[in-house]
Amino acid sequence: MSLPADPSPELADYANPERLVTTAWLADNLSSPGLAIVESNEDVLLYETGHIPGAIKVDWHTELNDPVVRDYVDGAGFAALMSRKGISRDDTVVIYGDKSNWWAAYALWVFTLFGHKDVRLLNGGRDAWVAQGRELTKELPTRPASSYPAVERNDSEIRAFKEDVLGHFGKPMIDVRSPEEYSGERTHMPAYPEEGALRGGHIPTARSVPWAKAAAEDGTFKPHAALVELYLEGQGIKASDDVITYCRIGERSSHTWFVLKYLLGVDSVRNYDGSWTEWGSAVRVPIATGDEPGVAP
Amino acid sequence: MGDTVAALPPSLQAIRDDFLALDVPDRLQLLLEFSDSLPEVPEGLVASDEWERVEECQSPVFISVDATPDVVVVHATAPAEAPTTRGFASILVHGLRGMTPEQVKAVPADFPLLLGLQNAVSMLRLRGMSGMLWRIKRQVDESLS
Repeated sequence: MSLPADPSPELADYANPERLVTTAWLADNLSSPGLAIVESNEDVLLYETGHIPGAIKVDWHTELNDPVVRDYVDGAGFAALMSRKGISRDDTVVIYGDKSNWWAAYALWVFTLFGHKDVRLLNGGRDAWVAQGRELTKELPTRPASSYPAVERNDSEIRAFKEDVLGHFGKPMIDVRSPEEYSGERTHMPAYPEEGALRGGHIPTARSVPWAKAAAEDGTFKPHAALVELYLEGQGIKASDDVITYCRIGERSSHTWFVLKYLLGVDSVRNYDGSWTEWGSAVRVPIATGDEPGVAP
Repeated sequence: MGDTVAALPPSLQAIRDDFLALDVPDRLQLLLEFSDSLPEVPEGLVASDEWERVEECQSPVFISVDATPDVVVVHATAPAEAPTTRGFASILVHGLRGMTPEQVKAVPADFPLLLGLQNAVSMLRLRGMSGMLWRIKRQVDESLS
């Protein structure tokens, strides 16, 4: 059974405020039945150094990805993972993580591929919880295994593949990487040289809006009005649009996907998880370089 | 593979044996213990311009190498919020302790892949440790040339 939404006024302006919870709400609900708290970080050991009481760890890399094919686990794999973690299909799942919730947003996106209904982000993520001096524990929670149904992943609504992108020219696309990656000066993020691609640049017509513009200093999402200014007014995106977001492997663009879909309520938003590590190494796909979006091929 | 393993110096071989003796979840715990035991570098021991950032790591980790013809000393610093990176640095700081420059330079470049951490940590993350190792070797070369 779903928990009631966090009624905090600071969330009320967002299109889908029920997709976010504040640290105060979570602190009040730590032992609410029907709640599963999930920590998903870039750093695979951070959870072990201390986590929110009751939180379960889900690692994006070693648990949500298929170990062989570049893809996510399938319906049976996700069901087995959820069952092992003690998460039920009707649980309210609150996900949080390091780095302004990149990986938490990515995990939320994967949960959504499997149609898990009530999955929310902790606004501000791990850093906000820690900065407020809230309780952390090293104690591992004991959640009895659940019986989670095997639900086939639905890739059609929120996930874009390379072929979808090739058919998307003329509709909005957002590149959320750094300006240097967008222009083609770099093929990888400043500190991630091993996740590069063979060519630099961006997908023609994609507009550059680095993901961090949506985040405030403390890691929370910027207020609704600031997001409207940034994406709707600044980039001319309309609520009725069909938008694709991408980055390097799909994690930073999950953050922007979440903003466009749930905080601004854009109708159709898909995350292209192949992103630049696929596009920038694919044969004969169009690429634009420099600071301008470029023209559709 | 067998040749590479045979060439490991005893201290690194011991670390490898410790990791491989554990099942995968416990290997993460051992990595966390390494993270917790990364030696603090006393203030002023390394001048601020002698730290080299390890660009291969997502988190800010810095190394500095003191090498004489007899012995190499590796210093490393990484924030508590990056325990995996701290753990990698700590393995190298402890494992290379007391080695001669020649011994450090002879450490196989694929040592990070010999610890059985691929499934626990992922290949992507292990590349950070490879970056530390080659930077350490390069600094050894530079300080003796």
